[in-house]
Amino acid sequence: MAVNKGTFRVKKGMAEMQKGGVIMDVVNPEQAKIAEASGAVAVMALEKVPADIRVSGGVARMADPEIISAIMEAVTIPVMAKCRIGHQAEAQILEFLGVDYIDESEVLTPADEKYHINKHKFTVPFVCGARDLGEALRRIGEGAAMIRTKGEPGTGNVVEAVRHLRQVMAQIRLVENAPEEELMTIARELGAPYEQLREVKAQGKLPVVNFAAGGVATPADAALMMQLGADGVFVGSGIFKAHDPQKRARAIVEATLHFDDPEVLAKVSRKLGEAMAGIDMAMLTDADRMQIRGA
Amino acid sequence: MKDFGNLKIGILALQGAVAEHVQSVQKCGASAVAVRREPAIIKELDGLILPGGESTTIGRLGSLYGFREEIRNLAAGGKPLFGTCAGLVLLAEEVEGQDPLLPLLSVSVKRNAYGRQRESFEADLEIEALGSEPFCGVFIRAPRITSVSREVEILAEFENTIVGVRQGNIIATAFHPELTDDLRIHRYFLLQALESRASRTPSTAS
Repeated sequence: MAVNKGTFRVKKGMAEMQKGGVIMDVVNPEQAKIAEASGAVAVMALEKVPADIRVSGGVARMADPEIISAIMEAVTIPVMAKCRIGHQAEAQILEFLGVDYIDESEVLTPADEKYHINKHKFTVPFVCGARDLGEALRRIGEGAAMIRTKGEPGTGNVVEAVRHLRQVMAQIRLVENAPEEELMTIARELGAPYEQLREVKAQGKLPVVNFAAGGVATPADAALMMQLGADGVFVGSGIFKAHDPQKRARAIVEATLHFDDPEVLAKVSRKLGEAMAGIDMAMLTDADRMQIRGA
Repeated sequence: MKDFGNLKIGILALQGAVAEHVQSVQKCGASAVAVRREPAIIKELDGLILPGGESTTIGRLGSLYGFREEIRNLAAGGKPLFGTCAGLVLLAEEVEGQDPLLPLLSVSVKRNAYGRQRESFEADLEIEALGSEPFCGVFIRAPRITSVSREVEILAEFENTIVGVRQGNIIATAFHPELTDDLRIHRYFLLQALESRASRTPSTAS
């Protein structure tokens, strides 16, 4: 009997199983266990959360395999890990380690300023960041099986995540309503692969799951992203940079489910302690802005 | 082909691949309701699907927001339940290394039994109850049924492991029929719902 591994259906299907969920950044097994017990659908194994990457500066690379393996052993939920944009060797290492999803991420310092990884060649699925529909469809064209809007990682400021998700959603509506003969021109304008764009028109949505990321720090932030049409949320620094990570993690999971119920949102937002400090976008120079890496 | 038009099927929508099941049920001609906020809706359903997702997440939210009792009551009333992947884990009486959630199905399961995501696969399954045409089984970090009690009927096997079962009004698969265009398992489930409904309605159905 033929057994097919790494088909696009099982890659994309894996992300579909994560819908409605929260994926949390963790840097050690203890945090991973807190995330799992709080109801996270997956963890992102890192050496440093984005907020700390900002502070320490320098080149941010794939985490030490020792840390990733320790986190994989600590939990039964899926474990994701990041490689640098265009760094296929890091991705090969992550695939060898057995991580369940690879994030080719702008949070790390890009290894290639022009090209992304050919993700079709891997058995393990990839998630990539995007700020608009063209970028999302280019990544899907390269083989990404999941998209996350980029936001601005490590800022605890949801404004960029909102901008990017609204942009993607507005462009999907535009494509959906456009007559067939305009699609090629729209494809050229967006820099999107034509075939992928046709899929968007046919389905009225991205052809893969789309999570929100980059600046989500509170239960209300998560609820907002779900209201704007995200399939789920990534929370990076927002949980373990906060005063009471466990309580906040649980609250964000519940807020993601009950995103349209202010009563539940009010309840879970009570007495969470201090959120991460956060950064105003006006304080960031272009060099600080992770979102412009790898378009 | 049977007319499923009168059936109202719920899909537990706490987390996971809900939309895919909604579509499959609708394509079969029945109406589908995503049950996300109000467990009480379950009382009005003709059957419930527990979708794939993360069983730890769905389990936690299900207990927290009062879904457990409603699901158990639905099953006790003879209405059918259908669990896929995480749904199977939630239904199982025994789960390796984890507390069972509902438990309604006399099987033991091991989570992620085929390995991590890189081991996820598709394979054609021969399922006698569905006829001779093979069924494409999509297995994603799938659980395995390690043992079943006598009252459990085995529906599907893959390389000597049990991947689909039925026990009375409960059907469960380790794989994801909702990720394919093949509606035969959903129809099989809807047929149970139709029979269960007929047995609850004393006179001729409207």
